[in-house]
Order: sequence, then structure tokens, then C-alpha cells
Amino acid sequence: MDSVLRAENISKSFGPIEVLSGISLDLRPGEVHAVIGENGAGKSTLMRILSGHLPPTKGSLHLNGQPITFSGPVDAEAHGIVLVHQEILLAPDLTVAQNLFLGREIKRFGFVDDKAMRDRTRAILRELGTNIDPDREVSRLSIADRQLVQIARALLVPHKVVAFDEPTAVLTPIEAESLFEIIRKLRAQGVAVLYISHRLNEVKAVADRVTVLRDGRHIATRDVEGLEPLEMARLMVGRDMSKLYPEKPQTASDQIVLTVRDMAVPGYVENASFTLRRGEILGFGGLIGAGRTELFEGIVGLRPGHGTVTLDDRNVQFRDAREAMAAGIVYLSEDRKGKGLLLQQNLRINLSLAALDKFSRGSFIDTGAEEKALDQAIKDFDIRTRSRDLLAGQLSGGNQQKLLLAKMMLLEPRIVIIDEPTRGVDIGTKEQIYRFIASLAAEGKAVVVISSEMQELIGLCHRVIVMRNGRVAGEVAQADLSEDAIVYLATGVHEERAAEIAAGHA
Amino acid sequence: MTETVLPTRAEKRKFAIDMRALSPFIALIVLIIAGALINPDFLTASNLLNVVTRSAFIAIIAVGATFVIAGGGLDLSVGSMAALIAGVMILTLNNLGGGDVGTLALGLLAAIALGAACGLANGLIVTFGRIEPFIVTLGTMGIFRSLVIWLAAGGTITMRNFELRELYRPVYFGSIFGIPYPIIAFLVVAAIGALILYRTSFGRHVVALGSNEDVARYSGVPIWRVRTLTYIIQGICVGIAVLVYVPRLGSATPTTGLLWELQAITAVVIGGTALKGGIGRVWGTVVGAVILELVANIMVLSNFVSEFLVGAVQGAIIIIAMLVQRSVHRGR
Repeated sequence: MDSVLRAENISKSFGPIEVLSGISLDLRPGEVHAVIGENGAGKSTLMRILSGHLPPTKGSLHLNGQPITFSGPVDAEAHGIVLVHQEILLAPDLTVAQNLFLGREIKRFGFVDDKAMRDRTRAILRELGTNIDPDREVSRLSIADRQLVQIARALLVPHKVVAFDEPTAVLTPIEAESLFEIIRKLRAQGVAVLYISHRLNEVKAVADRVTVLRDGRHIATRDVEGLEPLEMARLMVGRDMSKLYPEKPQTASDQIVLTVRDMAVPGYVENASFTLRRGEILGFGGLIGAGRTELFEGIVGLRPGHGTVTLDDRNVQFRDAREAMAAGIVYLSEDRKGKGLLLQQNLRINLSLAALDKFSRGSFIDTGAEEKALDQAIKDFDIRTRSRDLLAGQLSGGNQQKLLLAKMMLLEPRIVIIDEPTRGVDIGTKEQIYRFIASLAAEGKAVVVISSEMQELIGLCHRVIVMRNGRVAGEVAQADLSEDAIVYLATGVHEERAAEIAAGHA
Repeated sequence: MTETVLPTRAEKRKFAIDMRALSPFIALIVLIIAGALINPDFLTASNLLNVVTRSAFIAIIAVGATFVIAGGGLDLSVGSMAALIAGVMILTLNNLGGGDVGTLALGLLAAIALGAACGLANGLIVTFGRIEPFIVTLGTMGIFRSLVIWLAAGGTITMRNFELRELYRPVYFGSIFGIPYPIIAFLVVAAIGALILYRTSFGRHVVALGSNEDVARYSGVPIWRVRTLTYIIQGICVGIAVLVYVPRLGSATPTTGLLWELQAITAVVIGGTALKGGIGRVWGTVVGAVILELVANIMVLSNFVSEFLVGAVQGAIIIIAMLVQRSVHRGR
């Protein structure tokens, strides 16, 4: 079959760093083509090139057999190539219809024609199998509905190729299943669908062909028929997955260091109770938005919350992070760029910020001691930086996480809470971070790992507590750790049942 | 691929940072050369000392503004605050009635204390009221200004005690080893400011707060206290500036300190401090204040532009300085 969009030998460099090299890919009408790879494999860059957001450094694009260059995303859209972004890019205070037609309003006598836009919106949404009210403000929609609106907005322009960038990251399995229905509908209409993900079960369920990228290189393009998720994982990672996680340290004790009872964070968490023991790694699983981050931000005083927090038989209530740190509890935010590091400042300033008292001599900061600590941190945490004078924002995601770890470890905490420790981190660094977390527990610290990656929770933790809709849904002991057990608690539905319900639902 | 380290960009950025730190000094040199070419009287010691002396109040206020702005805040009330402090100080001196050093010292202390109190008010409203600093200080700007007009009953507040005036006069007009006291005052304030901003935990916290408030909060920085303190420092700096200013004329009027906030913020921005916070340059600020006064001086000495347009030129300078900052930032 002829391809509708073909990429030939695409390379992309930023400065001397080549992030894509020699990628070829063809998209045929009426197929779902998945692109998989680890974080940093170049999936997003490839998609941005295909949808006109970035020009390739080398190589060419062909549309219906004709070579073509896009001047930008608008140009690509005019040629029928649309991208459904991973992040929700909608104006929250505008209505669904206003968002759908933002920048391309239907006009009548020079004025916007609200009725026509509303009717079109309703028709398009119904086609997608939903009956969201076009007059509702986007801020009042659920995350899944917002995603649907975003898809509807993308499909508003005449399209031949639709690219989805990790569309299920924020969806429950049921919501994901209705998204797959939409994708299958598009395929039936002869549209070529590009599907970017690292969730292999989904790829297996929805895609016809799959292209695997690793470190910016094309590894394989295969038919999904007969390709099992495990084999996909092996292609993605390029080695045996089982060595990714270190041995779980045998240090989990019965000695309880932290007890949380009936913790509530208004609007996010109700009635959360759990205990944390010395030397253990306690996982917190659940869907995005289940209230895990908010629970711990409430505990360490970063958000208003109330409940009984007992630290070593003593009731405590922290009013801000400073008090929690003084008590030996540190929280490493999932939002490294927004809440973890000062991206515009250098490594030294970032490293010492939380523990600045340790670097003060009299009233003044001892810069020499700071420099020494930075040397030590670069060595201990294997922070790879070309120069010590770089800004934190210029480090890669993995090195930023290492710097954040180093920064918080300067406080010599007893309890370490790490939120999404490996988000945006490459595979090699992931392994280092896992080993580091295990060593913390081995030293007798109590560690909490909040993660949306179930494999990570299973591979790393002694126990996993799962949250759903702001409540603790249950706990999975080490012997029972499995994806199915976590998914069941996170959604309240078994995976197979989820598919059945969705089928009936749609 | 935002997460990849990009060496070429880094080199450019390094160059840009240097430019940011150096550009006020380069501008200063260019202005001095221009001034020397335009009028031979420009490069005389007496003219230059005069220029720097006149820039002292704005420089001292701008050192405080460097803290507020580097911490991500803004204070528009400094001009009105200066007028209010000047008025209250003169009234205090008049009411105390004495002509001795003790009376003067009491008056000066009252000025500093009032400055700190005004700054505290600004700081508390910004932090605990959770209101944009622009709005808060716009409000207190009106309040302070109208208070001084009310105190002066629309007229002028003048120092009545002749002995006291004579005693106080040298603070503006006197000098030591040929260097006028205002210049010494402003160098001392700048040195202390630089020490606090660059070498103490508090200074580091200010920069962290201005870079990203959330990161500061998650790192255990006491953000309420740090932010309030920046406004108090600003208030104290205004108080010190008033101490130097009052003996110049010996009075306060409803127009005292008019548009000083514009000049102070201009000096800070010319000096390379980022208006969005996170970068503070005390010495750059000092140079910025001198540049403003140099421009006015050159305009007076030359015949190209009417000196009545000094305000227009200074207004244009802040816009140009912002454009320069923007292009330096884009160059990253």
C-alpha cells in the first residue's frame, strides 16, 4: 500500500548533540502505527518533526510521494497532519465550543456565530461518542473530557494523519478504552494514526505496526500481530529488563517511624491512614490525580491539611517544609523543574539551598565549603555535567534528579519521600536512582516512593499502598505485588473487566 | 529535546551573563567619553563629584529596590515614602525644639524607624494579604503622598531651628578628604547591600525566592519572612536617603520625591537586575543611578536637547534597558 506520509533518513541535532539519527518511517492510510521507546529515545522529537513543529537537520519528508517541507505546525495542518498534544492546551475559562474554534471562529457578518459553532461542536463530539455540553467551561470538565475536547479540536481540520502523543497518561483504563474506539474509528475512515506511547499493552491492543526507537536510532519496525509486549520491551531497552531493579534490601523492620491517621487535604484527600517503618521502601500507587502527591504535601506542611501525624511516638504538625526538614523528613517533588530546582541558577546555589545553615560561618555563606560539597555530590551521585558553572536547567532530566537528590540528602533526613523518582529520566540513570533508593533503605532510612509506573513500584518496594479518588484503596504486600493487584485497587476494576465495561459503555 | 545538554547554547549564555554584568559599566564609560567630547567642563573633578553627589539619594533607594526586585517584588511607593519620612522627620525636629546633636540624632532615628515601618507595612500586606506588590505599593504610594500633603496642609514643611540647620547642613554639603558625605553614605550602603545580597543566607534566599517561589518554598526557605524583610530593607534605604536629602533644602513639600520610584527602578534595571526577579546586581544598580544623573548633567551641559526633557530621556532609558535585557535573554 502507498504511504501517505513518509520520513526518510531523518536526523535531528541540537548543537553537536544528535537526538535522532537516520530514522525512516512510513505511515499508510488506514493503519495505526505506534512509535515506542524509553523516555529520551527521541519519540517526541520525531513526532514534532513529522507535524512541522521542528525542521529536520537531515533527511526528507514525503507527502503522498511528493517531497515536502513544512514551514510550521500551521502549514502541516493545512496539509492534513494534526497533532494531539500530550498536555492539555485549552483555555480553562472558555467554553468547550469557544475552545474548539479558538483562532478559527465561524463568523457571520464579521461577528462570531456562536450558534453555528455550538452546533458544529455538538455534532463533532457526538461523532466521538460523547455528549459533553458545548457551553460548559473547560475548567469544569474532567481530565478525560478535556482530552476529548482536545482531540475534537485537532480533528476539526481536514486530516489525513493524526498523531497522538502519550494520550492515555492521564486516563483510567475505561477512559482509555473509549479513546481506542475513537482511534479505531479514525482508522476505519482511512486516516493514518501515529500513536506514541511507552505503554506496551496499549500498543498491543490498538496498533497495527510498531516502530521502536532507542537512543535516537531506529531499532525495528514490526507488525504487532505476533509481537508480544515482552519482546517490545526488550527491543526498547536493548537488554534484559529484569536487571533494572536492585535486590530489595532485607532491612524492612517492624519499627514504626511514622504513623499517619485520618489525614485530610481539603479537595484532594480524605481519611488517609498508613504507617511507615524503618528501613523499608513503601510505594504509593494509583492513577494521576488520586491524591498521592497532595497527601504527602499535606503531611510535610506544603499544603493545608489536618490529621494525626506521629513521628517516633510524638504527635507533630508541620506548618511548612522547613519544620518537616528540621524533623528529618524531606519531600522531593515530582515537578523538578517547577518546584525542585532553580533552573536559572547554577548547581552550587541549587545544591546548598535547602541546607544553607550548614554552609554558614557566622552570618556569611562559606562558598568554599559549598564548592567542596558540590565536588562531593558530583562524585557521589554521578552527576554528569560538562562544566560546574552550568545552570540547573541545562542538565538532562536524569542529572537534574540526581542533583535534587543530592540537595535533599545534605539535610541528612531519616524519612525520604520521592515523588515520581524517574519521570523524564533515561534508562541508565533510572537504574542508578533505583540503586540509590535501595541504599537509603539499607542505611536504615524510611523511604516513600510515589510512582505511576507500576513496574517501578513492583520492582522497588517492600509494600505498596494504592490510592483511588483521594482515599487509600488498599495495600499490597510484597508477596502479592503484581500489576493486576495494583490496577484493581487503583481503578476498582480488573483489567479484563475494564475492557468489557468499556465495550458495553461505547 | 529540552533535557539534552546543549553546549553551544551554554557558551552563548555565559557570554550573555557577562554582558549583563558588564553592560552598565560599558554604558557608563561611553557616557563619560561622550560628555567629555560635548563639553570640556564635564570632565572636571567638581562636576563629576557634583553628579555623583546628586545621584546619592536615588542610588541609596535603588540599593533597597535591588533587594525587592531581585526577590520578585516591586515597590512603587518609595518616592511618596521619602516625602512622608522627610516631612515627619522635620516635624519631629521642630517639635523637639532643641538645636543640639542629641535632638538631631533622635530625628534621624525617627526617620529610619518610620522607613522600616513603612516597608514592614508594604511587606506584610504583600505577603499576608497575598496581593500583587504592584497594587499594594500603588495604594501605599497614594496613602504616603496624601499624608505628607495633609501634614504640610498643602504647603511646605520647613526646619525652623536655625542652629539645627547649621548643624545638619554638612551632611549634604560637607566632605571628608574631598569626598562629599552623600557619596560616602551611598558607597557604604551599597557595600553593606552587596555583602548582604551576595554573602548571607538571607541574600541567597532572596535570589531563590525571585527565581522561583515554589522551589524556595519546597526547599524550606521561609518565604514570608524573606519577602517582608526585602520591603523593610527598602524602607530603611529610603530612610537613609532622606537623611542625606533633607539638609540639601531643609524642607519637605508635596512634590518631594516625585517620580523617584521611576528613577530607582530605572537604576536597578540599567544595572542588570532582572525585573522578574532571580538576579540581583547591587553595584550595577549604583552605576545605573550614576548613569541617570550623568545623562541629566550632559543634557544641561550640551545644547542639543532642552533640559526640561530630562524626565523623557530617563523614561526612554528604562524602556531601552528593558529591550537590552530582553535581547540578552533571547540570545540564550
